[in-house]
Amino acid sequence: MTYRRRASPLHAARAGVGCAYCAALALATLLLSAPVVLGAVLVSIAGAAVGARVVPEMRRAALLALPLGLLVMGVNMLVAQGGLTVIARLGDLPVFGQTDITLEATVYGAVLGLRAIALILCGALYTAAVDPDEVLALFRRFSFHSALTATLATRMVPVLARDARRLAEAQRCRPGPPPSRARLMRATTSGVLDRALDVAAALEVRGYGAARRPRGWRVSRPWSRHDIAFAVSAIAIVGLAVAARAANLLPFQSDPSLHAPVGAGGAAAAAALVICALLPFADRRGIER
Amino acid sequence: MSVLSLRDVTYTYPGTFAPAIADVTLEIGPGELVVLAGGSGSGKSTLLRAANGLVPHFHGGAFAGRAIVAGMDTRDHGPGALAAAVGTLFQDPETQVVMGTVRAELALPLENQGEAPAAVARAVEEAALALGIAHLLDRPTAELSGGELQRVALGAALAGRPKLILLDEPTSQLDPVAGDELIALLRRLNEDFDAAIVIAEHRLERCLGFADRAIAMRGGRVVCDAAPAEFLAWACDAAPELATPGARLVSGLGLAPVAGVKAARSTLRSRGLLPDVDPFARGASDRRDRNPRRRAEESALTLDRVWHEIDRGPAILRGVSLRIAPGERVALMGRNGAGKSTLLRHAAGLMRPTRGKTRSSGRVALLLQNPTDYLVHERIAQEASPRALATVGLGDPALANRHPRDLSGGEKQRLALAIVLDDPERQAAVVCLDEPTRGMDRRRKDELAALLCELDAAVLVATHDPEFVAAFAHRVVLLGEGAVIADGSPTQILARGTYFATETARILGGAGGALVPDEGVAVISSFRTAEAQVSA
Repeated sequence: MTYRRRASPLHAARAGVGCAYCAALALATLLLSAPVVLGAVLVSIAGAAVGARVVPEMRRAALLALPLGLLVMGVNMLVAQGGLTVIARLGDLPVFGQTDITLEATVYGAVLGLRAIALILCGALYTAAVDPDEVLALFRRFSFHSALTATLATRMVPVLARDARRLAEAQRCRPGPPPSRARLMRATTSGVLDRALDVAAALEVRGYGAARRPRGWRVSRPWSRHDIAFAVSAIAIVGLAVAARAANLLPFQSDPSLHAPVGAGGAAAAAALVICALLPFADRRGIER
Repeated sequence: MSVLSLRDVTYTYPGTFAPAIADVTLEIGPGELVVLAGGSGSGKSTLLRAANGLVPHFHGGAFAGRAIVAGMDTRDHGPGALAAAVGTLFQDPETQVVMGTVRAELALPLENQGEAPAAVARAVEEAALALGIAHLLDRPTAELSGGELQRVALGAALAGRPKLILLDEPTSQLDPVAGDELIALLRRLNEDFDAAIVIAEHRLERCLGFADRAIAMRGGRVVCDAAPAEFLAWACDAAPELATPGARLVSGLGLAPVAGVKAARSTLRSRGLLPDVDPFARGASDRRDRNPRRRAEESALTLDRVWHEIDRGPAILRGVSLRIAPGERVALMGRNGAGKSTLLRHAAGLMRPTRGKTRSSGRVALLLQNPTDYLVHERIAQEASPRALATVGLGDPALANRHPRDLSGGEKQRLALAIVLDDPERQAAVVCLDEPTRGMDRRRKDELAALLCELDAAVLVATHDPEFVAAFAHRVVLLGEGAVIADGSPTQILARGTYFATETARILGGAGGALVPDEGVAVISSFRTAEAQVSA
């Protein structure tokens, strides 16, 4: 998955604001664990994907995140022994011992899985909609080398994916039994290291090793309406999440029994979160023709 | 004052004993365009890396002598400090482009030098205009083709207006059109920017014509440093593998070799030696139609109206029909994206046609572009059987315990070929190779061509290299937009082309169907004899 400039309000916003917007959604996911909030965050991300025209990229990320979410849920079901409502008795299992599957552990596992999925999708939205070069320019004042390394990692993902496909094809062309996984892993690692060495040499001859603090970089760029809209949205999302947590508007408890009441205040907070997240996409002036 | 001065430079890579370059002394002046020639492992790349400071600062090892670049001693200044004065372009465009967009890529070296935004923006704009990539400035680098990426990498090397530009086989990964465009661009930049250019290249016929000087290396030492014509005269005697086909043609006629198609043509014309013979005239012999089994009914490989279509994309192959007889050697040519690699994958069964059928009389061995992908063991002897290794000329017991990744590019290619051929139970009926000569010097290409000619199997090779095609093929199939657009003998396809033609054919305009220097000499000799008889 790589960044591609598209005609969307999120792409039009400055990179710092785009980062803040994605980070705000991630923070809401981390601060609140009520299923209704996680649902609201996922709806917001889906809406943002549509608004930013990155649905195919987000769909691919979701397909990758889904198995991880299910894995988290499955492991929690087996490992967590809390909860009063037993839905299955699995008896004495090796490693796990006496295992009962409870409704509470299953729901809590599902919440953890949803949280993991939401966090991955926040990262995917950032990758697809925030210009990494602009992020690099933003952070070069503080830590240029780290920022460049992060940018490079994004750029190298498709290159390494192509390398992997090539390697797999070459192994299919070998007659006889296929080489062991360990051998393949060693060969792949060697290839990646060769590639890394080439990239490092290219960076060196571009002056990376002697990079200097730029002169006169404090060029102020006026804030666009998209910058302002997404910045306000990010602040509102963080504010809502902090307030909801402080006021315990959306309580969630899974042990010993499920307790996740959604009062009027909680429902309003979840709805407000979705509205705050998606409202900036409504302004498409100058973007759509 | 010279922009690059090397004095008695000797360098040994860490972990090795033999120096990669030894006692190298040379001076390169401002605005000079120098071609660096030599076989694989002769020290060309190391010399360039000594000039940009990667040797010894990046690679380590033992360095002796002095290298002064634009007044800076490389012992005191690393590649980062030298980057302001030296621009470097390597072979592989994929690993040189590190930023997300073209604009950011061009700006990176200038930003590293601490330039102000206005100066960066101006330099980026100028570099983009000079290289004809202004329309790509806001494109993501992930979407660019190999040729475009190489131009962008060259733009990044040029953006800071360096005094010296170093290029290490910059066209080896490009198709002939993109390669020729890049070389023409360098020529113009050399004139416009007044930057000294040092270019290491195997296909000397591409760039010697407009070089000021040629430097030949062998075993890490400079063995010739002269003007192109003098270099070619030296090469024809002392290092035939470095002589261009044009030089071999002209010197074969007893004349002093010259660099470039235009100069060779002019030399021949001035002596009345440029025959005006239509290669396809009635009675003209087709020198290349030598396959005795071509008309046999049996078929080693058949592609019957094969289509390869992708979701929401163009068709890569459009009803390709092709029959290859046992023992027949076929070259598959066409520009990048024509469908050559896809066709080979279908032949080997790596892909399934969306329509049509592929049949073969036995196993199809496929050697893809990157031979390193096949190498997974720690020792050469583990990769293939002794018989297969001997077939490709790697049967020397001294090689058996070497690590496969330590081999040279040509040796890796042969080892990978041994791997795909190595099946004692199912002998390969067809051997397919995808761009096997990329980055290979002429000697290695000749060895590979000889090896292919010795195989019993039918051979299908996708290549951009007409000289290599002339050396091994019975037949040439030209692909365009996924369809076969021409299918004939090498003479029919290569004698009259520009991009798809050998240098000999370009010089002689296809006369007599000659594709290689020896054939050219024979055509001109017969032409002289005929003229002498007419005048008598």
